[in-house]
Formats: sequence, C-alpha cells, structure tokens
Amino acid sequence: MKRWFFAAALLVLVGYLLGGSVWLRPFGGPVRSDMDRYFIENAQAEVAANNVVTAIVFDYRGYDTLGEATVLFAAVVGVVLMLRKVKG
Amino acid sequence: MGNMPFVVSMILVAIGFLTLIARRNLIKLAIGISIIEMGVNLFLVSLGYVRGGIAPIYTYAPPEAKTMVFPTPQALTLTAIVIGLATTALMLAFAVVIYRHRGTLDAGKIRELRG
Amino acid sequence: MSVVVRTVSRVVVPVALAFGAYVIMHGHLTPGGGFQGGAVVASVVALLVVAFGAERWRRWTHVLLPLEDTGAMAFVILAFLGLGATFFRNVLAGSGGLFGAPVPWPGPNPGALNTAGTLPLMNWAVGLKVIAGLGAVVILLSLFGREDG
Repeated sequence: MKRWFFAAALLVLVGYLLGGSVWLRPFGGPVRSDMDRYFIENAQAEVAANNVVTAIVFDYRGYDTLGEATVLFAAVVGVVLMLRKVKG
Repeated sequence: MGNMPFVVSMILVAIGFLTLIARRNLIKLAIGISIIEMGVNLFLVSLGYVRGGIAPIYTYAPPEAKTMVFPTPQALTLTAIVIGLATTALMLAFAVVIYRHRGTLDAGKIRELRG
Repeated sequence: MSVVVRTVSRVVVPVALAFGAYVIMHGHLTPGGGFQGGAVVASVVALLVVAFGAERWRRWTHVLLPLEDTGAMAFVILAFLGLGATFFRNVLAGSGGLFGAPVPWPGPNPGALNTAGTLPLMNWAVGLKVIAGLGAVVILLSLFGREDG
C-alpha cells in the first residue's frame, strides 16, 4: 500500500518537472529586461571593461561576490577542521 | 521541440532525485545531490538566451551590430557553481570521517547513536 | 605512479600554470576571471597529488592556508577603498593611474590590458583564494584516508 502511494507521488513530481518545462515561454523568446539593456550599453563607459559578465560580477553586483567568497572560506575551514590529526 | 534545453535540465534534476531515493551508499548520495545542482545551473544559464544573439563580450566581436544575450543569469550561475562545490567538499569530508569511525558507508546502518 | 606518468606530468605542469595565470589575468577582456582560473590551477595541484603521491606534499598545507587568508583580506580591502561614495565603488576606473585607461573605442575593439580599474586586482585576489583553498582541500582529503585503518 505504501509502495503504491510512494510511486504515485514520484510520478507526479517527475511529470510536473517535465510538463512544466515544456509549458514555459519559448526558448529564446523576446523578454523585456531593462536592467540587462542598461548593463550592456553602459559597461564600457562606466567600468571601462570589455567583458560585461565580469563587470557585473565584480562591480555592479560585487556584494554577491563577497557572500560567495565567504561561503568558500567557510567550506574550507569546515573541511580543515574535520580532517585534522587528533592525538590519542 | 523548441524548449529542448529546459526539458533536458529537468530530466537531469529528475535523474538526480531518483538517485537520491534508490541508493544507500553515502558517496552515491553525494553524487545524486551534485547531479541535481548541475541540472539547476544549466536551467539558470539557458534562461537568458535571445534568439540570434552573441556572447556579451566586446573584444573581437563581429563588426556588424548584433544583439547580445543577457549577461545577468550567467553572473548568478557563477556564484551558484562555487556554492555547489563548497557543499560537495563538505559532504565528502563527512563521508570520510564517518567511514573511519563506523567502518561502513551504508546509510541504513549508521543510524544508532552509540556511546 | 610509473615513470611515464611522472615524466609527462613534469612537462604538463608549467604549461598548465601559464594557462591558468593567463585566464586569471585577462578576466576583464576575454571569458574567464578569478574563479575559473583558480579552478584551472587547482587542477594542477590535483595532478601533482595523483602522479607523485600525497605524502610528499604534506608541508604545503602549512603554506597554503595563510595564502587563502591573504587573498580574502585583499579582496575586502579593495572593496573598502571606495567608501567615500559607495561600498565596492570602482575608484581606479577613469582616473589614468595604474589600471585607469579608458576603452580604446566604444563598440567591438581589441582590448587593452590596463583598463577596468579595480577589476584585475580583484581577479588576482579571488584567484589566489580559490587556488589556496581548493589545493589545501585536495591535499587534505587524499592524506586522510590512507593513514590508518
């Protein structure tokens, strides 16, 4: 009884994932995005960089990169703390 | 047939989810979580595509003015990949320490609290 | 590992290090940047561990962990430099100093190296952090499982 319920829930989840992704907006369709248009047009004038993605990661959204550096630092501290030699 | 990148990334998420359910070895569970993260990152990158666009880089771009794809989902996926790496490293360190203390990697047998 | 693997890895390691430094340094002109180049150099550390055994690189962890702290501190100090206007302000971008030249002409152009302000310095700080962090994790994970039991 429990196995049939489990299999039905699994089938509903996989069906929702695949069906929902077919039903989204078409791939490459036109979407209004004013923020991305501002980034593409003004990244060379303000940041003086040719690579717009790096200008976004380090200049326009640098605070997210600070959070990412903190997560990487916390992971390395966690691994070093768990794999040390304990005497005795 | 037009939404093929979205469907493939959701197939990857479904495969990772089925791996998490059907296996018990700790290393295989870590692989399943990593496959789910890969599917989600692929979905996030393929959201920003504009039909007929080129990469958002001005160095040696083709001289006629074409539209560029949106650069913001690519910047956010970079952060998500690094966070996935941090999660996988911590999970594998846990698996190594558990194997040293209990002698087994089966998730069904590690359950009891022992003194 | 055998002689063939050790000799080939001695040839591959300088080439891979140069490629990783190129990807880090030209992050504001071509695809790449701090995180990607740091992952390339960390794969060099993994190649050394596989080819020569992990016991030989045990003393590197005492050098790599303070280097990671240096990279993180350099990144935070560069973020605090523009605190007069905003946090993370690009103070070197148009000023004509160290990395302050403007783009050669707007639109598609061959890039010049000393543009883009604090972006190359931040790329180096984050690249150093990723190299040291991932290298230390790889060496520690392969040292731990072998010692006893």
